[in-house]
Amino acid sequence: MKKFWALFFFFWPAVAFWSCWIARSRGWWFPASEDNPLGLAMSPLGQQIDGLFYLILGIVAVVFVGTQFALGYALWMSATKEDSKPAHYSHGSHSLELIWTIVPAFVLVFIALYQMNVWAEFRVQSYFPNETKEDGPKLEVTARQFEWRMRYPAPGQVLSNQPQAGDLYAVNEMHVQTGRPVKFNLRTGDVQHAFFAPQLRVKQDAVAGLIIPVWLEVPKAGKYDLVCAELCGWGHYKMRATIVAEPKEKVEEYLRNLEQEQNFDGVAPAAAEE
Amino acid sequence: MATVSPAIESHSDDHSHGNDHGHGHQQSFFYTYLWSTDHKMIGKQFLITTMIMMMVGGALALAVRWQLAFPWQNMPVLGPVFKLFLGEGGQISPEFYTMLFTMHASVMIFLVIIPILAGAFGNFLIPLQIGADDMAFPVLNALSYWFMWPAIACFGTSFFVGGATAGPAGGWTSYPLLSALQEAAPGSGAAQTFWLMGLTLVGVSSMMGSVNYMTTIINMRAPGMTLFRMPLTIWSMFITAILQAFALPVLTAAGFMLLTDRIMGTCFFVPAGIVVNNAAPTIGGGQPLLWQHLFWFYSHPAVYIMLLPAMGMVSDMLSCMSRKPVFGYKPMVYSMAAIAGLGFIVWGHHMFTSGMNPALGMTFMTSTMMIALPSAIKTFNWIGTIWGGNVKFNSVMLNCSGFVAMFIVGGLSGIFMAAVPVDIYFHDTYFIVAHFHYVLFGSTLFGVFAGITFWFPKMFGRLMNDTVAKWHFALTFIGFNGTFFPMHLLGISGMPRRYADPYLHPYLEHLLPMNQFITCSAILMGFAQFLLLGNFLYSMYRGEKCGRNPWGANGLEWSAPSPPGHGNFDVPPVCYRGPYEYSSPEAGALNQDFILQTEVPPDMSKIATAETAATA
Repeated sequence: MKKFWALFFFFWPAVAFWSCWIARSRGWWFPASEDNPLGLAMSPLGQQIDGLFYLILGIVAVVFVGTQFALGYALWMSATKEDSKPAHYSHGSHSLELIWTIVPAFVLVFIALYQMNVWAEFRVQSYFPNETKEDGPKLEVTARQFEWRMRYPAPGQVLSNQPQAGDLYAVNEMHVQTGRPVKFNLRTGDVQHAFFAPQLRVKQDAVAGLIIPVWLEVPKAGKYDLVCAELCGWGHYKMRATIVAEPKEKVEEYLRNLEQEQNFDGVAPAAAEE
Repeated sequence: MATVSPAIESHSDDHSHGNDHGHGHQQSFFYTYLWSTDHKMIGKQFLITTMIMMMVGGALALAVRWQLAFPWQNMPVLGPVFKLFLGEGGQISPEFYTMLFTMHASVMIFLVIIPILAGAFGNFLIPLQIGADDMAFPVLNALSYWFMWPAIACFGTSFFVGGATAGPAGGWTSYPLLSALQEAAPGSGAAQTFWLMGLTLVGVSSMMGSVNYMTTIINMRAPGMTLFRMPLTIWSMFITAILQAFALPVLTAAGFMLLTDRIMGTCFFVPAGIVVNNAAPTIGGGQPLLWQHLFWFYSHPAVYIMLLPAMGMVSDMLSCMSRKPVFGYKPMVYSMAAIAGLGFIVWGHHMFTSGMNPALGMTFMTSTMMIALPSAIKTFNWIGTIWGGNVKFNSVMLNCSGFVAMFIVGGLSGIFMAAVPVDIYFHDTYFIVAHFHYVLFGSTLFGVFAGITFWFPKMFGRLMNDTVAKWHFALTFIGFNGTFFPMHLLGISGMPRRYADPYLHPYLEHLLPMNQFITCSAILMGFAQFLLLGNFLYSMYRGEKCGRNPWGANGLEWSAPSPPGHGNFDVPPVCYRGPYEYSSPEAGALNQDFILQTEVPPDMSKIATAETAATA
């Protein structure tokens, strides 16, 4: 029975490791789709984040296997030795303590320092891509219970924090240009929400009273999910929207259509001619 | 608490002692079981209350799991009950779902984990392990237990006060504005107010406890019980009490601020011009981020309040069951102190995506990475403690090994979230849910299960059934890993937390079978707890009787009768050595592999000469 329990502590990490190993092939991994079967990040920043994730995953996997094996082996040694043999009387080892303090310390500091750049690029405004500084915010995304409202500046105008006459509005559909970083302002109309685009690896809370600049870049045209990631009430789960990435001309065309639709007053031109 | 304690029997065994105190066994039912000022009874009161609350919290969790596995289908068992009493359909509505996870977390954190560690084990063990006859302030101690009941009543009222489908629904973190504006959600009305009052009362209870623990540990140690001869359990309780005393006032203040925001319109957390559900615009002047800072300034240290005592107890038990001293006693103490100290400067890692100054994100990432270090040191030391030991494979040892194994997972998954860029993706996904359940359930509760089995003989003078306890361990361990390990994968798949129906989103549709597997595992784990309860209740009356020291352990508590009478020790204990001298030469001289802290040091030179004489 002793050996059974020692093996028990060998067995479960093996199962855990195996389930991670097969996860990607079973679809239990980053969100994939038909044209992205591997679930790669669909934005350059997202790919950097994934790179960092795999780096940590590698380190963690080694430590996981090592420590779980050590635990299992320590139990196994005891399970297989004679009861009459006394335990090893020891209060510890100073050099071992030093080793397992200093080595993890270096690894952890390395991980921390190695992450700084990506974070700065994502959130610190002075590190934002130059294009976003030249272009300014392209639109304003306002989260509210339980939908996403987009406000594009009136044609020919720049986005202002106060709505202006002629601004174009849309709900639950966000059109962005492909191949160029797009900055937008994120805010909320009521409680707290969070802008989460899983395929693009972008997440930012929308906080009452704050206007938060966020940027994303989508090289490949397509539709991407936008969901809410901060509890915002009973309908939290249904704040479903789409980010449509398309070439510049298509975005312009979309905005022209939006303008026409918005300015349409129901008076048919034919009736005016009569 | 209507529990029968064999404490009375022990008094009859222990006449000399009972007579010293005169009033020991003549107290009425009321003073023995209800308004008891005896730390052991208060500890048991806490233990049994929290075990009941654990079942309540577990039932709430299973209802959450039901919705995630079989969305919008009628609930079994509970569904018809709701239909009957509340006129509700048997389905879980979205607002009911938000209430379920909010209350699951609130009950488990505030009514189970915090009180079971500090309240139950802290109360029971501190005086016994340091050789005191009771807590420094016995009446304060009783009050700290009895303040739990108004808290439980407030949490209980919050389920119903706003109507059946309007329980508190702001999540256990209760972020404003959802929690600050009455109109924000069905559950943001009266239910939220009662929830906040419940939280404050739990805080009052914890504060009374922590003041008592600090005073007792500093002032009431037995002769010879120097700080570095204290068991790690006591160190952990001491450090926890300090954490509690310094962090809790912040939460209490924040709670009152949120209450006045709700009741008097003070707008500490409410900015101007917000329109929620067509209500009048807010007047404003405040900022919701302030709440997050204040809340996490308490609640991150609270994570360690919910973990450190279990770490301490597991160190004690691992050492005893491996018949070997704790590997690196002082590093263990220092790393606990480091965890506590760093615990105060890492709260921002809950807020990486919150919109706070991004420079803070980098600062908090670095401090968070640093706090992984003492945790790693502790893990290595636990493995070092087992290494080369003479392990007793009983349920105590298995639960402790489970604790170490699960803590490794919880600690390692934390590194992903400590790294800010990676956290951008993982924040508020099921990866987080997996992570903190590995820490709070996987680590703390396995430690607690071990602790219940280990100190049960001291509480009731009887042993728990080891076979049943092993089954309980195995089923809980399998159910636990089946439940929470796949949640890492759900998180990587991008499934956000707190979704009543994730399958509304096409990119999450394929995760339904995995969620059904998780729910089955959770049901297994939930029902396995009846083995614990059954074993506990049965063993209280029918368990095998045991003497003072059934495990051959070293601590002062094992020199007292089982269960100890009023005043704990029949002979005032004097402490001669550290608590972990298993298999030491001194112990060997007594022909055993343990040596009680109270054992007068054997004359080693005489024994040595006798031995040489024998060999010659």
